[in-house]
Amino acid sequence: MSAHEFKSPVVRWIDHRLPVFSMLHHTAHEYPTPKNLNYMWNFGSLAGLSLAIMIVTGIVLAMSYTAHVDYAFLSVERIMRDVNHGWLIRYIHMNTASFFFIVIYLHMFRGLYYGSYKAPRELLWILGVVIFLLMMATAFMGYVLPWGQMSFWGATVITNLFSAIPLVGDSIVTLLWGGFSVDNATLNRFFSLHYLMPFLIAGVVVLHIVALHRFGSNNPIGIDSTGPQDTISFHPYYTIKDVFGIAVFLLLLAVVVFFFPNAMGHPDNYIPANPLQTPAHIVPEWYFLPFYAILRAVPDKLGGVLLMFGAIAVLFILPWLDKSPVRSARFRPVFRIFFWLFLVNAIALGYLGGKPAEGVYVILSRIATAWYFVHFLIILPLLSVFETTKPLPKSIAEPVLTGFSSAPEKAFAAPRRL
Amino acid sequence: MLKRTITILLLVLLSSPAVAAGGEVELRSRSWSFSGPFGTYDKASMQRGFQVYTEVCAGCHSMKLIAFRNFIDLGYNESEIKAIASQYEVKDGPNDDGDMFLRAAIPADRMPAPYANDNAARAGNNGALPPDLSLIAKARPNGADYLYSLLSSYKDVPDGKDVPEGLYYNTAYPGHLIAMPQPLYGDDVSFSDGSETTIEAVSADLTQFLMWAAEPKMEARKRIGVAAVFFLCIFVIVSYLAKRRVWADVH
Repeated sequence: MSAHEFKSPVVRWIDHRLPVFSMLHHTAHEYPTPKNLNYMWNFGSLAGLSLAIMIVTGIVLAMSYTAHVDYAFLSVERIMRDVNHGWLIRYIHMNTASFFFIVIYLHMFRGLYYGSYKAPRELLWILGVVIFLLMMATAFMGYVLPWGQMSFWGATVITNLFSAIPLVGDSIVTLLWGGFSVDNATLNRFFSLHYLMPFLIAGVVVLHIVALHRFGSNNPIGIDSTGPQDTISFHPYYTIKDVFGIAVFLLLLAVVVFFFPNAMGHPDNYIPANPLQTPAHIVPEWYFLPFYAILRAVPDKLGGVLLMFGAIAVLFILPWLDKSPVRSARFRPVFRIFFWLFLVNAIALGYLGGKPAEGVYVILSRIATAWYFVHFLIILPLLSVFETTKPLPKSIAEPVLTGFSSAPEKAFAAPRRL
Repeated sequence: MLKRTITILLLVLLSSPAVAAGGEVELRSRSWSFSGPFGTYDKASMQRGFQVYTEVCAGCHSMKLIAFRNFIDLGYNESEIKAIASQYEVKDGPNDDGDMFLRAAIPADRMPAPYANDNAARAGNNGALPPDLSLIAKARPNGADYLYSLLSSYKDVPDGKDVPEGLYYNTAYPGHLIAMPQPLYGDDVSFSDGSETTIEAVSADLTQFLMWAAEPKMEARKRIGVAAVFFLCIFVIVSYLAKRRVWADVH
């Protein structure tokens, strides 16, 4: 980190002792960012914003929430009815959770499409998957807190999964429950952990960013920067682009929060939890549905649990499954077809996870589940070997491939719509 | 654009709630004053709905989350609310002698329930528990249309359909067999404003009242929402122009 001379003597005094201003200066001005990032690169900052919104609204909600089976549901309704603008805070918290997952899924699919997980960014990707896992745990426990019917029965179904683990399964479930059924002790520990985990996520986010800054962002072409002609400073170019992304994100969020606040929730969660009455269909929140479909596709409980966790575990080893030296799908014609197939398959899994596990849905779930793993474990390794990739451009600044003079000034002049 | 498409796709895909088992639910929709981004509650209709609730529903169904003070939303003023509350008795105490006692309700009290507890409610209703109605309009898919349809969809049992003792045939109810006897037959109440008292009209008034009970802050929500969306639209445009300007020297 080069020492930068700041004008203000106060800033200089502080920076000499605590180099926060140098750090900011490095991030904003010295940190080189590829000049050709498209809007799919906006979702990182949006994920950070989502996390911030969730933490702030969550802390405010916790001030009026009561983690007790007799009062949890009522305290949430108290927030909705009697706390000043409590309804707004809660609807923001509820719906930003969904938006957070939308953003994260787009962020991940961006990484899949442009090969952002490949060397030297394997750890960056893995830290991202860790964040995703923590998010799922946090969201699951958060959904339990209002203590509605879906909260209770969702918690019962998901915690029961762990009983499939041989030998220690039942002990783990007892530990999760803090007793012998989903009850007050469960609610208390879920509240405690739900409050803790966002801060763990924030910690891993810091590592994610440190790893990102080691080699900088990947880019739509997927080749490394060759020099200053390929990069621009983060500020003001990407700060303003992120502000625009944030504006669009907030607009969409506001439309949902103010006009469709319950569209992504389940009506059953406005019924207080009743351990004696099972809902007709227990469905998790929409963002878990693809994994729920994988879980139910297997007739054996342990097998289903293993596959469901396997669906995430496979993401951890993705950098070593896809060994193709070419990152971006733009230059991988066959991979690109399989990428879109995978995306359609993932959405199909989400759809099937929301349907009752019967008849044709079971068969379709099995096919889609099989395809999920075939894509990662068979297609990607095979493509790494057999795919003929298109020739790569020489540099980011020179996107036109062959038969083009490589004179730098011409390359600079080449207009590139982002 | 891609983000928008995917978001909308997800919304459409996932907002469709799981269809309940058994007989298909047949809903009749109606254009409600509270739907749409500028929707508001119809105060006169809610007052009539409240009257229907007290005269028809309140014998079995509680509304525990609603306090008398909330009726300010229905268009009643403070003294009217005091008068309404004073018609109810609530249990209070213990007093200085340690005894519980009954007193007239005040606006700060919540509406008393018809039964002391769930078991008493079941005992009085053939073993079925009449659900609390405070949140019912949000606790069912398409809540408003569902309630409206449910109240007016008691029909003659079709040939070959077996209806067990204590259940009734209703085409709006999942499975078509409901434990609630038909509550409305037309002309069940008489309104002081001379409004219609057909099953449909009364059901619509009651639905209006129940929707308010479930989502009392809807009007404030939509009012702030319109302003927020308007502001954010401008923010989107300004930030886009700023982005174009900053990037002009890169292109």
